[in-house]
Amino acid sequence: MSRLAGLQCRECGQRYPLQPIHVCELCFGPLEVTYNYDVIRAQVSRASIAAGPQTIWRYRALLPVDDEPVVESYAGCTPLVKADNLGKLWGLRNLYIKNDTVNPTFSFKDRPVAIAATRARAFGFETFACASTGNLAAAVAAAAVRAGLRAVVFIPADLEASKILNSAVYAPTIVAVTGTYDDVNRLCSEIAEKYGWAFANINVRPYYAEGSKTLAFEVAEQLGWRAPDHAIVPTASGSMFTKIWKGFQELYKVGLLEEPPRTRMTVAQAAGCGPIAAAFARGSLEVEPVKPHTIAKSLAIGNPADGYYSLRIIQETGGWALGVSDAEIVEGIRLLARTEGIFAETAGGVAVAATKRLVDAGHIAPDETVVIYVTGNGLKTPEAVADHLAPPVTISATMEAFEAALVRDRAGAAVVA
Amino acid sequence: MAKQRVKLTFPPALITQPVIYNMGRQFDVVTNIRRANVTREQGWVILEVTGETAEIERAIAWAIEQGVRVDPIEGDIVAG
Repeated sequence: MSRLAGLQCRECGQRYPLQPIHVCELCFGPLEVTYNYDVIRAQVSRASIAAGPQTIWRYRALLPVDDEPVVESYAGCTPLVKADNLGKLWGLRNLYIKNDTVNPTFSFKDRPVAIAATRARAFGFETFACASTGNLAAAVAAAAVRAGLRAVVFIPADLEASKILNSAVYAPTIVAVTGTYDDVNRLCSEIAEKYGWAFANINVRPYYAEGSKTLAFEVAEQLGWRAPDHAIVPTASGSMFTKIWKGFQELYKVGLLEEPPRTRMTVAQAAGCGPIAAAFARGSLEVEPVKPHTIAKSLAIGNPADGYYSLRIIQETGGWALGVSDAEIVEGIRLLARTEGIFAETAGGVAVAATKRLVDAGHIAPDETVVIYVTGNGLKTPEAVADHLAPPVTISATMEAFEAALVRDRAGAAVVA
Repeated sequence: MAKQRVKLTFPPALITQPVIYNMGRQFDVVTNIRRANVTREQGWVILEVTGETAEIERAIAWAIEQGVRVDPIEGDIVAG
């Protein structure tokens, strides 16, 4: 029996063999990869994982690939940083940052994209595509290079040049589509339906999405094979959020965790694009689409595909969903940088700000093991903080001028005034 | 013939209107409901629309004009 059971509809339960489809033919519900956990349990151990590569592929037994050669993009195995400075500030003794800013294209998207590219190649696709305003486009374009696939990236025509550069450098075909954001969405859905291309977040989405489970696997392994008490996850479509929870559960199912995970799962969104947080606040499981208006562009999904499933997980695990303001996001980025030396993009600022809200409200106990997922590098969105940083102290090239600029604080340490 | 799978979201004012019926009458498309949820406040329908590509696009543009929100069933595809 294979490790991989197939695809299954999350709505009606209809099963399908592994193929490049993402929607149930009966009810049009989303499809998800399912596994034979007994087979995996017999194959995998903490030792076998420890002997694997320092990438996401060390968890291959729990990922939706067969025997095909994988696209090695060197994603994953990013640091889990014990955030003692930030923890001290907040009165938390076991606060961690999952620092996913250091992936090959500087965001967590390298994880799901490596799986999608591997499956795309195995299915015989020659073109690997996506629609994205940033992180996903860069990850797809770079992975296509390594996979020997042609890359096509769709972007809204009004996207800033600086955002295009991070993808353009890998030389994909970039198609800029005029019209509204919704128009671009609908066109890409039509193109995916009509052309025989692998779209990372459309027809190979069931495989793509599974890559985010590695964010759970790594954290559990880095914590000494246990799940955290609380995970705070910046959330757009809800795909990563639901897969992190699936990842923790799977580790228990295959015997890698001794206890079932009791992690409280919390969604962090920007208030300017927080449809999941808004539904949570209403006490509803029905997400109402919104028009994004936030500096957190990487989370600007107004109509989240996995919104309903995310709300179910929050309900099941006793987590929260919060929407934070743009000002809180900027402060979150600055706080993380000056306490832990990590420069996050806006989504990271969202997660830090949401955690602060929970701390201020007394929802996190001092000894809880808390993990904040920081999923993208600050150099992707420097404009978010550019106007909020102290300017340099300018002096003439003399010792006298330098010393005039020095002051001593009460503790006696030299600081520049 | 082309097929498109869309999610229609109806505001309260349109919940009682036969929008899908009218779409099939006014445009040369076949509509087929696969899943739906309608409450007093809101309603959504997962719909398959079959016809010529241009006719489907016209039918969807008309539904949007009526005040219906039309999305791909995958939700937002343009990712960050």
